[in-house]
Order: sequence, then C-alpha cells, then structure tokens
Amino acid sequence: MLALIGTIPKKDFPLVSGTAALNGNSVSMDSHSIPINRGTPALVAAASMACDALGLPAPFSFLVGDIGLGDGSRKLYEHLKAHLPSMDARVIAFHYLQPDVDWHNQVLWALEEKGNLPVLIADAGYMYVAKMSGFAGTYDLFTPDIGELAFLADELAPHPFYTRGFILHEEDNVPKLVKMAFEGKNAASTLLIKGPKDYICTKEGIVATVDVPCVEALEPIGGTGDTLSGVVAALTYGGHPMAKAATIAAKVNRLAGKLANPTPATQVAEIIKEIPKALETILDDVE
Amino acid sequence: MGPPPELRTGCDLVIEFPLVEQLNILRVLEENSITPMEAVPVDNPLLKPVDLFQTRDYGRYLMVRAANMKLTIDKETLKIVNISGGGCPDVPYLGASLVGKDIRQAPPPKEVGHTLCGYALQLAYEEMMRQCSL
Repeated sequence: MLALIGTIPKKDFPLVSGTAALNGNSVSMDSHSIPINRGTPALVAAASMACDALGLPAPFSFLVGDIGLGDGSRKLYEHLKAHLPSMDARVIAFHYLQPDVDWHNQVLWALEEKGNLPVLIADAGYMYVAKMSGFAGTYDLFTPDIGELAFLADELAPHPFYTRGFILHEEDNVPKLVKMAFEGKNAASTLLIKGPKDYICTKEGIVATVDVPCVEALEPIGGTGDTLSGVVAALTYGGHPMAKAATIAAKVNRLAGKLANPTPATQVAEIIKEIPKALETILDDVE
Repeated sequence: MGPPPELRTGCDLVIEFPLVEQLNILRVLEENSITPMEAVPVDNPLLKPVDLFQTRDYGRYLMVRAANMKLTIDKETLKIVNISGGGCPDVPYLGASLVGKDIRQAPPPKEVGHTLCGYALQLAYEEMMRQCSL
C-alpha cells in the first residue's frame, strides 16, 4: 500500500481515510469533493494519476481539515498513531501537517514498534517536524526547495522562518548546503531539491541533477512541489530505488509542466492532467 | 523571535520583553484574551525571523519569496496569481483565500493565516507592496 497523509484547507472537513477518486479538477472521498488547487489534494491527485499510469493499486489517503490552527492535524496524528502501523503500508508520504514534535515522535515510534519501517517520505510541514525532532535520518526522502534546503542546513533553525541570514546567503551554493544538512544529521537518506536545477543527493553527495526541460514559469505555481512528491511516491511504490525514483520524478514533473504550456498564473490541476503522458515518455527514455 | 530549543514544540513564535515588565505585560495580554503558553527567562540570543527577500521578474508577473513562501502577482492587473512554498496547513488555505484577488483589496496574509508560514507570506506581501509602491 502507498499511504498519503495530509490536510485539506477546510475548517469543518472531517477525518477521512480511503481511496480518492479523480473527477476533473477535484478529488472525491467519502462523498466529499475537494478541489485540486495545491497542497495535499494536489499530492493525492498526482500520486493517483501516476499509480494508475504505472498499473499500481490506487493510493490510500488519510485526510483531515485544518486551516492552520493545528486542531485537525492533532486529530490526524492521534489517528495515525493508533491505525497506521497495522495498515502494513510499503511507502508512506507525509505532507501538510501542523508541525508538532511530540505527536510526530509518537507516530514514528508506533511505526517502529511494528518493526520493518516502511519507506518514509516527508514533504512540507512533516519535513519541518521530522528535522526538528532529530529523527531526520530515519526518513528515506525529503523534498525541499532551495529555501527549505537552507533550513535543513541550519542546525539551529526550528522552522524555515528562522533560517539564519548567513546561511540563506549561500543559496547559490547547493553542494555546501547539502553537505551541512547531512553533516548536521538534518537530512533524510535522500534529498530531492527542487529549483531551477533539481538535485538528487545522498550523504555521498550529489548523485544526479535534472534541469531539462527548463520551464521558468513553474516556480511560482503553487502545487508543483506537491505533484513532484506524489510522482516520486508512486515510483517508489512501483519498486524504483529512491534516488532513481527521485530522478525520474523530477524529469516527469518538468515535462508535465512543459506539456501544460504554463504561465506563472497557471493552476496546478492543468499540470496534473499531463502526468500520465510525461511519465510514459520519460520511462520510455529510461528503459 | 524563535524559541530556545528546550521550548520548541513545532510552529512556534515567542515575544521577547524585559523581565522586569513581566507582570504588567502578562496582565495586558490576559486582558486581551491572549494567554501565552509559557513565560520564561532566557539567557542566550533568540533566533530572528528571516529578513532576506528574493525577487524574480517574469515580465508580466513578479514573484517575491520570503523564507519558504512565494507570492506572485500579475503586474498589469495587480491580481495575486499564485502562492507557493511553505508546509503548514494554512498555506493551501491562504492560497484558496487570496489567489485571484487584487493585492490591494485582498486581506493581508496575517489576517487569514495562523502559522509561521502565514507570517512568512505576510513578509513577502509587505515586500511586494513596497516594491510595487502600493
């Protein structure tokens, strides 16, 4: 099972779990329709689309409403602690949750107690809390952008909001920031760094870069990082080793973006529609 | 400011004040229904919020990034066309609330957001307003 975990930007959205269905520009679950604008709905849509294209079972999602107050996230953490270990997921992608170190640790320890940790991917708020917890190395993949890489490189910063200026000034020096993140034990075993050039890194250093197709308009579009996480989660679930999955996903996300012919005003749903075609093209090239 | 390591729980913000003023300040906060989680003395310097901005001009569109948050507007219409980055749950909510609105009429992110990501977007918003002389 590929499990996807995150929040929906609606205050009264209940905690739901199951397989989401794609309907045009929205996903639906338990009779709830959720627009795919950005955030976890974009992750769910992209992963579902990629799993379908790869001939894999649809992902299983755990979702709850939270508009930033943290109430929904805490409800979800509690539910995950009780139920996630028994789901026997092979890959888990954690996404937009309110960072809460105590609850993060409880969920992680519950998974560890079950034995044989699944492949763990953390993006967005869950990547922040995974770093803050001191257990970053337990994770298999983080997907930071350049600003978030500086946060991972800063051993003192508990959130990107507090990344120190002298480290932010190093944003053009990705190899240095990668080294700092791994040396400080603040990185997952693989990093997929999103930017004008995507970097795939392990503690050995940069193992791959992806910079084509170059579509400048993708950076400001909300949700393109979420689609990337969705595609890499699906590829990992399909059995690709993490660094290879991250490299393919970076190429697929760029190509899907290009196929959507975007401007900085394009919405991510237009890009998600192009994922199957992009996936097919890139996998044909790889194989 | 950022809390010292022993007080960190997740998405945290602290307000620094002179210890001698503690009683007065706690009273004022309480009168305004803002109860701090803790009030503690600290010895070491606290982490400051980011104060660096990155700006990218796409011709018709302008993007400002503060920390992990990016705000993009259409320079011709002054509409907010995209919000990206961030990781706290109010980021998608801020996107749904602000995208498509004229930045002059849209509520400032600090009125809609609840987290440090929302605060970072507020800084990007203020920098955008400054750069566009609005």
